[in-house]
This record gives sequence, C-alpha cells and structure tokens, in this order.
Amino acid sequence: MQRPVANGGGRRRRSLTRTLSVVPAAVLLAACSSTLPQSSLNPKSAEARQIDDLWILVLVLATIVFVIVEAALVFAIFRFRKRKNDDREPKQIHGNTPLEIVWSIIPAVILVAIAVPTMRTLFDLRSPAEGDVVHVNVTGHQWWWEFEYPDIVDDQGRPLTTANELHLPVGRTAELKMTSADVIHSFWVPPLAGKRDLVPGHETFIKITPDADRAGEEIPGQCAEFCWLSHADMRLLVFLQTESDFAAWAAGERQPANIPTDGLAASGFETFKAICAACHQAVVAEPDGTVTVVGTALAPDLTHFGSRSTLGARVETNTAEHLAEWIDNPSAVKPMAPELNDFETGRILGMPDYGLGDEEIAELVALLEGWN
Amino acid sequence: MAVTTRTEDLGYTPNTDGVWSWITTVDHKRIGILYGVSALVFAFVGGLEALLIRTQLAGPNGTVLSADAYNQLFTMHGITMVFAVIMPVAAAFQNYMIPLQIGARDVAFPRLNAFSYWLFLFSVLLLTSSFFIGGSPDGAWTGYANLSTQVTEFVRMDYYAIGVQLLGIASIGSSANFIATIFTMRAPGMTMMRMPVFTWMSVVTSFLLILSMPVIGVGLWQMFLDRNFGTVFYEAQASGDPLLWQHLFWVFGHPEVYVLVLPAMGIVSETLPTFSRKPLFGYAFVVFSGIAIGFLGFGVWAHHMFTAGLSPVAEAGFGVVTMLIAVPTGVKIFNWIGTMWGGKLTLNTSMLFSIGFIAMFIIGGLSGVTHAVIPADTQQHDSYYVVAHFHYVLVGGAAFGFIAGVYYWLPKWTGKMLSEKLGKWHFWLMFLGFNLTFGPMHILGLDGMPRRTYRYPEGLGWEFWNGMATIGSFIIGVSMLVFIWNVINTRRKGLPAGNDPWDARTVEWMTTSPPAIHNFDRVPVVRHLDEWWHRKYGVDEEGRAVPLPDGYVEEPAFVEEAGGFHMPSPSYYPFIAAFGLVMAGAGLVFWSSGMMGFGMLAIGAAIMLWGVVGWAAEPITREVH
Repeated sequence: MQRPVANGGGRRRRSLTRTLSVVPAAVLLAACSSTLPQSSLNPKSAEARQIDDLWILVLVLATIVFVIVEAALVFAIFRFRKRKNDDREPKQIHGNTPLEIVWSIIPAVILVAIAVPTMRTLFDLRSPAEGDVVHVNVTGHQWWWEFEYPDIVDDQGRPLTTANELHLPVGRTAELKMTSADVIHSFWVPPLAGKRDLVPGHETFIKITPDADRAGEEIPGQCAEFCWLSHADMRLLVFLQTESDFAAWAAGERQPANIPTDGLAASGFETFKAICAACHQAVVAEPDGTVTVVGTALAPDLTHFGSRSTLGARVETNTAEHLAEWIDNPSAVKPMAPELNDFETGRILGMPDYGLGDEEIAELVALLEGWN
Repeated sequence: MAVTTRTEDLGYTPNTDGVWSWITTVDHKRIGILYGVSALVFAFVGGLEALLIRTQLAGPNGTVLSADAYNQLFTMHGITMVFAVIMPVAAAFQNYMIPLQIGARDVAFPRLNAFSYWLFLFSVLLLTSSFFIGGSPDGAWTGYANLSTQVTEFVRMDYYAIGVQLLGIASIGSSANFIATIFTMRAPGMTMMRMPVFTWMSVVTSFLLILSMPVIGVGLWQMFLDRNFGTVFYEAQASGDPLLWQHLFWVFGHPEVYVLVLPAMGIVSETLPTFSRKPLFGYAFVVFSGIAIGFLGFGVWAHHMFTAGLSPVAEAGFGVVTMLIAVPTGVKIFNWIGTMWGGKLTLNTSMLFSIGFIAMFIIGGLSGVTHAVIPADTQQHDSYYVVAHFHYVLVGGAAFGFIAGVYYWLPKWTGKMLSEKLGKWHFWLMFLGFNLTFGPMHILGLDGMPRRTYRYPEGLGWEFWNGMATIGSFIIGVSMLVFIWNVINTRRKGLPAGNDPWDARTVEWMTTSPPAIHNFDRVPVVRHLDEWWHRKYGVDEEGRAVPLPDGYVEEPAFVEEAGGFHMPSPSYYPFIAAFGLVMAGAGLVFWSSGMMGFGMLAIGAAIMLWGVVGWAAEPITREVH
C-alpha cells in the first residue's frame, strides 16, 4: 500500500508506530485503497493522514491494554477455576489499596499520552487554511450536494456552481465553508478528511490538502448525518486533479451551455424550460451570444450535466440509459418525497415523476447529455 | 391495610391468581416480574426489527425493505431496545432485588411503583401501535432536529415526542421510589457502605434519571410544539437552532448510557464474588468509581457532537472529561479481575455471562476511548464503528450482565434452577453470534460505511463483513430462543433451588425462594458487608474462609415496631391513572388530526383525574381479598 510521507521528520516515529501496530493493523488495513475506496484507513490528504496517524497511535495503545487485560482475565479463568478434590476455600481478600491506587493512576498516565497529541492535532486541523487556498462553499440539500467556487467566476460574475461532484487540485489546501438548506447533513469523504456537519443557520469549515501524487483519483464519499429518506443515497465524488487539469475543468465549467437549435435536443430544451426549470437551472448562451440563466436554483445546476460522471448524487453512472430511467421515475432510482415539495418556502424533497413520454424523455436526455 | 407479624399470622391469603391480581398488585416482586416479562416480549419485537435490518443489509443494494420501512425499523429498534428492553430489565431487577437486598418489605411507594410500571407499559404500547396507525417514528432514536420537527405531515415523530416524554415520567417515578426506599428502608445495621453493589449502582442510576430526564423532557416538548404549533425552537431560518436539541438530547442521552450499564455492573459485582467465593475486591473503589462515572457522565455530552462544529476549545474540554471516564471504568474492570484472582471459580452460566460481560466491556470501553480522540472521532462518528462501540457496551456489556443476573436470581424468583446445559448453549451461541455481528462493524465503520443507511452500493468493500454481521445476528436470535426455552422449561423441569443455591453472600439469600409477600419473616440485623456470608463463614489464621461450626449463626433479629408491620393493599387506581395519562398523550400524538386528538386528550385527562383522585381518597384500611 502506498503511503506518501508528508515530511522526513515524521518518518521514523511513524515507522515505529507502524511496526508496533502490525497485528491490529493487519486486520484493519488488509485491503488496499483499490478495494476500499471510501476507507478512512487509506488517507489521501495531509489532514486525513494526521487523523490516521493519531488513530494508529491510539490503536496501538488500546491493543496493548486490550491484550494485557484480557490476558489477565483469561489467565484468572484457567488458573483459579475450581478443581475437583480441592475443597479449600480461598483467602478472603477484601482489597489492596496501594494496588488499586496504582491501577487508577496507570490508565490516567496512558490517557495523558493520548490527550497531548489529540489536542495538538485538533487545534492544527481547526486552524485557518493557509497559502493559496481553494475556497468552496458547500450547501447540503435533501439529498444532494451543491458546490460553489466563489473565486472562480464566469464572464458575468457568477461563481462556478456544480453538484455532487467536487473537483480539487492536488497539493493545495481547499477550505470548504459549509451550511445546509434544509436539515443537518454531514460531509464525509473518509480518505480526505474527517466528517463535518452541515447545520442550517451555521457555517462549518473543513480543510483538505490532497496528496500531490493522487491526481487522477476519484474518491467517493457520502452524507453521514441521517437526513431521512434518501440519506443512504446522498453520495458524492471528489475528483483530484493536477493544477492544469483543474484549471481546464474550471474553464469549461465557466462556459455557458449552448441552446441547441435542431434535433432532439432542441425539443428537449423546450421541455426543460416548461418543466425542469421549475427547480433546475442552466446558464445558457442565446444564439446571439447573450448569456442568460434559465430556471431556478432549487435543485442541481444542470449547465454541465453531461460532463458529470454520475447522476442522482452518485446513485448511478451518468449514461443516457440511466438518465432516461431517472427522468421516467426518479423515486424508483432513489427514494424521494416530491409530494411534500413546497414552492412557496422553496422546500424541495425530490423530483416528481412528470409522466413524460418516451419521446420527451429521449429529447431531454439528448439535451442534458449534450451539455458537457 | 393488612396488619400482621408473621407469615402464619397474615390473616389472609393474598390473592395471586388471575389477571385482576396482576392489575391491582403493588407488590414490588410481582411488579418486577411484570417489568421483566414485558421487557422480554419487547426484546423479541426489537430483535425482530434488528433481524429485518440485518437481512436488508446482508448484501449490497438490498431490496427487502424500502427506505421508508428501513428508517422506521432502525428508529424503532433503537427506541425499543433502550426504552422498552434494557431500561425495564434494569427496573425489573431493581424492583425485585432492592428491597430484598436491603432487608425491606417493599418499596417506599408501592402504588407509585405500580403506576410507573403501567405508565411504562402503556407508553410502549402507544409507541408500538405506530406500526399500525400512522407510521412509526423515522427520525432515529436521537430524533435530531430540525429533521424531526420539519416533516409535520406525519404523526410519526409525535409518537416519539410524546412516547418518550411519558416513559420519562415513569422513569422519574420509579427512580424517586428507589432512592426513597434505599435511603429510608434499609434493615437495621445496613449502613450505606454495607449495601450490595447492585443496590448502590441503582442509587446512582436513579439520580442520573431524575437529573437527566427533565432535560430531554424540555427538549421533547419543544419538538412537539415545533411540530404542532409552529414554534421555532429548532428552526435556524427563524432564530431557532437545531443544535439546541443535540445539547438537550445528549445531556440526557449520555447519562442514559450509564443508566443502562451501571445496573449490569452492579449485577456482576454480585455474581463474581459469589462464584469466586471471595469478597468483591475493593468494594469502596467499585462503589465510588460508579458514583464518579455518574458524575462525569453529565460532563461529556458534547462528545456526541464532535462533528457539529463546536469550537475546538469546547471539544478539547469534552474530550478530556471523556477520557477521564476511562479511569473509574478501568478501576471497575481491574477490581472485578482482582475479585476472581485467587478465588475458586465456578464457571456456571451466570459466571460465564459475567466474565463475558467483562471481556466485552473491555472492548467497548477501549473503543470509547478512541471516541475521545477528537480528530479520530470525526472519522468514527455516525459510522458503523460507533454502532459497534455502543453494542459492545449495551449488549456485550449491559445485556450480558443482565442475563448473568437472570441465571443468578431466577432461582430466587421462582424457586427453581435454570438448566445449566441449555444455559451454556445460550452463552456460547450468544458470545459467538454477538462478536460475529458487531466485531466486523468496527471495520465497516473505519472503511467508510455510515450508519442509518438503508442500502449501500457495490464496490466499496463492505459486502463481506456485512454478510458476516447478518449471519451473526441470526445466531444471536437462535441463542435467545434457547434462553426462552430454558426459562419456560424451568417451570416444568427446573430442580428446586432452596433458599441459597449458590452459597451466596447477601441477605436476599436468607429468605425463601420465591420470597413470601412480606419478604422476610424477620428482618435481618446487618453487621457486615456480605452479611449472609458472615453468618455462614469465618476465617482461619491464613485468611481462608471456614464454615462456622454450628452451621449459620442466628443473629438476634430486629424486633418489629409494636403492632407488627403493614403490607400495602392492592389497588387498581395506579392502572387507571396511567391509562388515562397515556390516553391523553395519544390525544397529543393525534393533535394534528383535530377533534379526535382533542377528544382523546380530554377523555384521557378525565380518566387520569379519576385515577389520581381515587388513589388519593382510597381508604387505607381497605379489606384485602
């Protein structure tokens, strides 16, 4: 398993703890990142590795304590079990105060050994991001993720907005400023960071500095705070990219989508305006070059839907077939509660089945898959 | 009121036949049995919920349950197991054993005791009826706002807001009762530091409940008002704050964990000395560490909120106190092992479950310490790692301890012994099934699997351990069937237990099995911790126990006050008052339905008033039939 080391100084200490942790770690780290893509034990960012180092330290200490105490227990069971023909009663020992004081102090000492690095890591992880920071505003929705890059704006000054797929350049610290539009969610991409809740009315922050050699990796994550029906299906995907790939992606995202003028997609755009635009929006360029926004931002921005690799918050891969199934009956792909949608308050709990015919669906698919 | 001095002089035969005798009973032992049997029935409901959950998760993209059904089932599994199984099991032990352990004839407030039981039962029935009427709570047993307050179209979380509120009243009632009993009704000579540890731990849990239940009570009313009257206590968009609920819930919720586990710690502190034939090692340390756990338990609630975005300074403080709790917990474990050390261990079923408790609680305790490591907890929180942790504490811990208590005390309750052969099958199946179910969940959580998810996709490496966990859960199910069969079988085939089948140490073993209605013909005068043992054994010059030459020493018994003692009369008013209160609660649950809700509230309140007035006005010299 590949484990990039952040700095030379930590290497020796870490290799010592790693050696000590062979037994428990062998169980937990048995599989490498390719078979456990969402594991917290395969850290791929500086922050996740800090957490993992701390975890390994605690795991080693806990394992030592576990082995000693359980061994004492097992020894006592075998050594002191009542044997046949032994009718002598045991000594009636009521306690041993010095011994009891000692075994009250030993755990306290071990806990200090854990508490000190815990506090150091805690305050380190919570310190403000430094350097050339990538700012991302994250908003949780039932049941999807809205990502906004406030520093990357298009020609009209609109910040880059996308859904469910987060792109981050490697080697730079990204700071996610997070809140929720409805109920509490929790952003959890275990290989990149510990989770952090998205609380309505609050702003929470998370730092992620992806390892420089992880460019090209796609890392899955998902919501970790129960948010009702489709909590299990509120997933996301993080794309780690080189600076140039990230810049190229951002440049593409800053472009408006085209309004198709002929073919299936052109009819699809009419349906989009008539139905989808009630919740979704797209930034589109008129034939004369003027850029406008069609629709409302209650549901994921679809301007570059075709460029995404998944749909429905990583419930399915983004193929024409899956998209058609989704439009045909969204709640069959992912359970939602569109009957509770309330446009007055803007509380949207899912996409209804609009009863579109196969032809209309095919037109919409052509439109959306073409918007890449 | 029956006035008497001895069994033969009771002057009446207490009516113990038929449903009516159970409805009107105020005998702490019969109420204990009611709690125990109810909890066992609900354990099967909660177990069935668990097996459905595990069946759904056996493989990726499970389709056995819909997301909606799954959410109701996991929510009800938590509520059922916490409020309808573990808490009433603890109440069963406390009701039956506390008066016997302190040499009392009943609890301080027998009718309040009956009221608490009926209130508990009707509240759980109200919660369970949600399966059939309107849908069950589906916002997790933690009921986090503002999810729990937002979807007001359903009554589901109203069941939760009202049901848990009512259960809280029942808990406060029985806790006040136990405290009054223990503080005022101990046998002569039984100082606090001569009390059995189980009774001591019951003091601690009773105080925990009295102090913590009102906190969630406030929270639950706010939830109910937010849902039904448009208050905005938890609405961020309107100056409320969803985090307020988390604080209120966990100020209750964390002490609640100790409410569930401290009685089990008390039980193994009884069984280990008995089956090691040695006194509890460091009695005072065990007692005071239990008190320390209770105190510290109020200062750790925000460790359930390490991902909520509190300031790191607050997190550091709560992390340190959480780590501190490991010290008294460790003390208990070391003292239990110290009790076994140098003893003569009888490895019967009760002892196996007691040792299993220690072995599993070590794991749950250590994984608890890893939660105090705040950055690491941000990976563990709300993942299956946490699910593993609290099942090691509440099943490997509390449930194992309680089962040890059943094998230990059931002979006292019934006068008959459970089968050791079936008991050992029960233990080994449960030990295996438990570890197979919950051990892998540590790995699943660290591998990124969040809890409360009705399905998971393929390709994340979670299939194997989920399959194992499902197999394990069914093994636990089989072990519980063995347990039930053992208990039922005891009725016909159980060998007679006699008064003191284990050659035990505390005064409950001095009386008959089952005890007479007044518990003791003569209340023992207590001179020692482990009074009964000291009446049977002395020590030689080496410090080894030696049986006293004349069998046991009959100490001069306590002379009752003139006129004999008073046993409380049966009463049906607690039943009526509890029924009325829960019916009024049901009216609140269905408040949003208009007249039906209001009607139930009004009728329920009237019935409750009838019960309360009748209770208060009941002549204290009622004839006993």
